[in-house]
Amino acid sequence: MIVADRKSIHEILDMVKDCSNILVVGCKGCVTVCNVGGLKEVQILAATLKIARKKEGRPLQVDEALLERQCDPEYIAMIQDRVNDYEAVISMACGVGPQFLSEAYPNQRFYPAVNTTFFGGAVAHGIWEERCAGCGTCIIHHFDGLCPIARCSKSLMNGPCGGSDHGKCEIAKTVDCIWDKIVRKKMEQGRLNDLLQVFPAKNWQTARDGGPRRSRREELIQNG
Amino acid sequence: MDDLKSGSNLEKVLKAGHFAFTGECGPPKGANVEHLREKFRHLKGVVDAVNVTDNQTAVVHLSSWAASAIMVQEGVEPNFQMVCRDRNRLAMQSDILGVYTMGVRNMLCLSGDHQKFGNHPQAKNVYDIDSMQLISLVKKMRDEGKFFNDDPIDVPPRLFIGAASNPFAEPYEFRVYRLAKKIAAGADFVQTQCIYNMERFREFIRQANDMGLTEKCYILAGVTPMKSVGMANYMAKQVPGMDVPESLIKRLKGVEKNKVAEEGIRFCLEQIEEFKTMKGVAGVHLMAIEWEHRVPEIAERAGLLPRPVIE
Repeated sequence: MIVADRKSIHEILDMVKDCSNILVVGCKGCVTVCNVGGLKEVQILAATLKIARKKEGRPLQVDEALLERQCDPEYIAMIQDRVNDYEAVISMACGVGPQFLSEAYPNQRFYPAVNTTFFGGAVAHGIWEERCAGCGTCIIHHFDGLCPIARCSKSLMNGPCGGSDHGKCEIAKTVDCIWDKIVRKKMEQGRLNDLLQVFPAKNWQTARDGGPRRSRREELIQNG
Repeated sequence: MDDLKSGSNLEKVLKAGHFAFTGECGPPKGANVEHLREKFRHLKGVVDAVNVTDNQTAVVHLSSWAASAIMVQEGVEPNFQMVCRDRNRLAMQSDILGVYTMGVRNMLCLSGDHQKFGNHPQAKNVYDIDSMQLISLVKKMRDEGKFFNDDPIDVPPRLFIGAASNPFAEPYEFRVYRLAKKIAAGADFVQTQCIYNMERFREFIRQANDMGLTEKCYILAGVTPMKSVGMANYMAKQVPGMDVPESLIKRLKGVEKNKVAEEGIRFCLEQIEEFKTMKGVAGVHLMAIEWEHRVPEIAERAGLLPRPVIE
């Protein structure tokens, strides 16, 4: 899923400092799963903004909405009757949400309440880690399901580099050296020879380097 | 000598069977060319080639290619370093052609320290290709006369291709395999990380000999004299992939404070003596780290002078 972190309350307050009424829109998708932009977080943000502004002596009216997803036009349409009743709208979805909202409602101002960070998963309760870089050409079958593109700090395809230390990456002791894991797994399985080939340079055209990407499913387009 | 790949002095010295001796020089953090020229003068005639570092530790310095070109002007042979951190494959190939036209004949291919270490941690992370792929790229340009995309090159660059190897980084078991990969990719010579743990290095070179790697590629053993106990402690604890045994730190601590540097040099000289007779070691790479002025003395005491001159 897409993992995000909420922006600081100060940053969000600054975005809406000129407003007297706003709408906060959550998303039931990824940001709900990573506890950043679902119903509970919408309620907390709304309450926090109201309290902060009340303290300043400039009360802010904050209404709440929760969409099934903010990355589909049919769900975006569900707030059409009320979206323009506010001076601004804060989206708690990933970066896709406020963009879909902006495109659907060109007369309204939308602000992002979260920083969208990576594609990852929960490795423990409350801890999410990056697992995919969305490069568009998956190669993890060569590396026993471990991704050196997303998980090596240098995206090395022929690692580990000389900075690997006690299974940790040179950039920080909190970061695993994924190449250490790849090599050890190959050794355990007696398949170290798999790594003796020189993996050729990657074609990054399928990654963001090839420009904004688009996915088309012809059968859905025709039948839809 | 007709089958020289680059015609560099380093290549000639190694091919003639001499024990090679290379140095290192970091370009300034500014445009102080005079200071740079001064550093080169200490190394002229004392080493076979001098590594010119490329934004080492991810801190901005005068560019490696410019410093290499100045070195050529000064009559010293550069070993131009290139890291994968700062450039994509277009910039790399362009710079490779550029340095070749400036008279550079040796090139060392490196991944490079992550930008997080340096003075621009906010920088975009490039690493378009890795060091292994960079070695293949230079080899393809030289031996096939083709760019990475297979387009022909009008006058390909003839470079002696170098790579680095760290026998001490983990996992140790894989290090000699990674060396084998670099040689398979096209490395003509390899310079190792600073060696302090001689025992582990002996084992590494034994493995390399057993795998036949030392017959396919020249291995230069990396040394850096310890200047102080503080430096030894720092290297032991702070520098990733560096293996400084407790016994060496103890040895340095065992002498008077004003004699620690001399003790560091002595250890370095003992290492060089051993490398001279070690099967599979073709030379020494001395990384003096802002001690260029002491390199002539070290070379003299190590019995490495005069350097061979090969026409």
